[in-house]
Amino acid sequence: MWIETTIAMRFLRQGRGQTLLILFGIAVGVAVIVFVTALISGLQDNIIERTLGTQAHVRVEAPREVNLVAPSAPGTRQLLLEDKRAQALRPIDNWIRVRDVLDTLPHIEAVSPVVSGPAFGRRGNATQSVALVGIDLARYLQVIPLDESMRDGRLDVGSGNAVVGSQLAEDLGLRTGGKLRLDAGDGREAVVNVAGIFQLGVRELDARYVYLDLKQAQSLLALPGGVTVIDVTVDEVFGAEAVAARIRGLTGLQAESWMESNAQLMNALTSQSLSTRMISLFVAMSVALGIASVLAVSVTQRTREIGILRAMGTRRAQMLQVFLVQGAVLGLAGSVIGALAGWGLIGAFNSFGPKLFHIPMPLALIPAAMALATVAGVVAAAVPASRASRLSPVEAIRHA
Amino acid sequence: MPEPREVLRLEGLRKSYNVGGRNEVEVLHGLDLRLDAADFAALVGPSGSGKSTLLNLIGLLDSPTDGELYLLGQPTRAMDDEARTALRGRSIGFVFQFHHLITAFTALENVLMPAMVAHGKPDAGTVAFARSLLKDVGLEQYVDTPPDQLSGGQQQRVAIARALVTRPALLLADEPTGNLDTRTAADVFALLRRFNEQHGCAVLVVTHDPRLSETCDRTITLVDGKIVEDREHPAG
Repeated sequence: MWIETTIAMRFLRQGRGQTLLILFGIAVGVAVIVFVTALISGLQDNIIERTLGTQAHVRVEAPREVNLVAPSAPGTRQLLLEDKRAQALRPIDNWIRVRDVLDTLPHIEAVSPVVSGPAFGRRGNATQSVALVGIDLARYLQVIPLDESMRDGRLDVGSGNAVVGSQLAEDLGLRTGGKLRLDAGDGREAVVNVAGIFQLGVRELDARYVYLDLKQAQSLLALPGGVTVIDVTVDEVFGAEAVAARIRGLTGLQAESWMESNAQLMNALTSQSLSTRMISLFVAMSVALGIASVLAVSVTQRTREIGILRAMGTRRAQMLQVFLVQGAVLGLAGSVIGALAGWGLIGAFNSFGPKLFHIPMPLALIPAAMALATVAGVVAAAVPASRASRLSPVEAIRHA
Repeated sequence: MPEPREVLRLEGLRKSYNVGGRNEVEVLHGLDLRLDAADFAALVGPSGSGKSTLLNLIGLLDSPTDGELYLLGQPTRAMDDEARTALRGRSIGFVFQFHHLITAFTALENVLMPAMVAHGKPDAGTVAFARSLLKDVGLEQYVDTPPDQLSGGQQQRVAIARALVTRPALLLADEPTGNLDTRTAADVFALLRRFNEQHGCAVLVVTHDPRLSETCDRTITLVDGKIVEDREHPAG
């Protein structure tokens, strides 16, 4: 390969103008691929992170209550008019055992039992509808990083303490150290001390959530010893659906992944990824066409030299390699420059951009883009290289 | 006296174009010819007589339609492109009318090119031989000069050195002096003659110049695709 590479490099060096022009084209293409892919990937990571900052990857609940319909007698037709059953607040049967099983399952990083239900929050004359969320704080923090969202006070839900959302605090005029009366109906009331105020950034949650100790919430919701939800964190966010399916199969409970509960978001993310791939594909095609056209021109310009090289004993395969190497070198060199430019663009976006989110440096993307451009270079060179190798030395030498 | 070593033999060599088509035309009509190792022969004939076609066939750049061409005793007609290319690279040196150097390489690299395409990176011995060839053609001070900075005569001398770097058994020159002035043409011919004597390679030169052909040991005259005369004469 030494002589083929040497000839290829000399040809590229001699056609400096063309070489620089196509290198610039490849570099721009690769920079666009690197930057756009990293940008979209950063944006998606940010959206997912924000979404999953307030909800579990998998939410396990008791199965929904359904009417049991007696089977009709053979040979008869049954007309059924059914009223769906109201879904009363129900605990998960044997939830401690379920929790322990989930703790041992692969791909599950954290399990947090939660009891939640509706109540009213009162202060003075003001009443707000709230959601009581009873948690085992140590476990809950592994699922939802509530501590990162504390705006005021401390995160303490034990001994009659509660933490409330910022919007609820505002609506009821609450501040840290204040008292909040919680009424879950049927005379189940409690006055809790507001230990802290959180702000999750989701208005609905900030206006309704009241975090309590698991036992106090169980007592208020008349579910002594029970939990209504088990939240699960998985090691790979996009593997949540598979884990949910596994939990459903193992426990018979209702397990819903974040992807199911955010179907529209998933749809948007998928569409976004598809658009990115299409952009990359078209840019890669343009790069390949650019390389192909430059090498096609080079074959025409060098027809006589190809004839001379063939007359001197250069084999067809060697001639083919001379132009394939040129394609590969153009692709590789252009992609190195393009990757560096893409890297620079990412750095500039992170430093001087709108700072809405951070784009992580795509370490894996750069070798991938370089490999893609190099392969595209070789593939693009295939047609002109094949033409060069098939030239008859006699015709080539005669070429004016 | 030992039998001279045969380098090239043609037996009933024919070449047609557009074979099987309505415009099929035969340009070489059953040629028989033999060149030995020490031969320094001129191939002459009017334009369109088939000289270049014959040179292309002898140089294994093209295939005959019929007949056989033996190079160093090997029949070549049935060879595939790979084998012909390898034999060509090993055994034949070319000098073209328009010197045809590769402009991306220096004079020395051009001389080394046939050796490099055959064997890759040249060893010290090959480089030394290429330098000695450039010295022989009077261009030792131009080894690192690109061809486009050399005059026509200098380029043709580089092309002759290139044709000899693989120590070929046969050197083919297609009007090597065609675009050179008389004096430079005579110098180039003298060089070819010197290499024929020094390296013992057979030389076949296509030329239109009767004064130059007279300096050869032998003149082969081709007219309308037939060898009409094959005359040996003492070198002038």
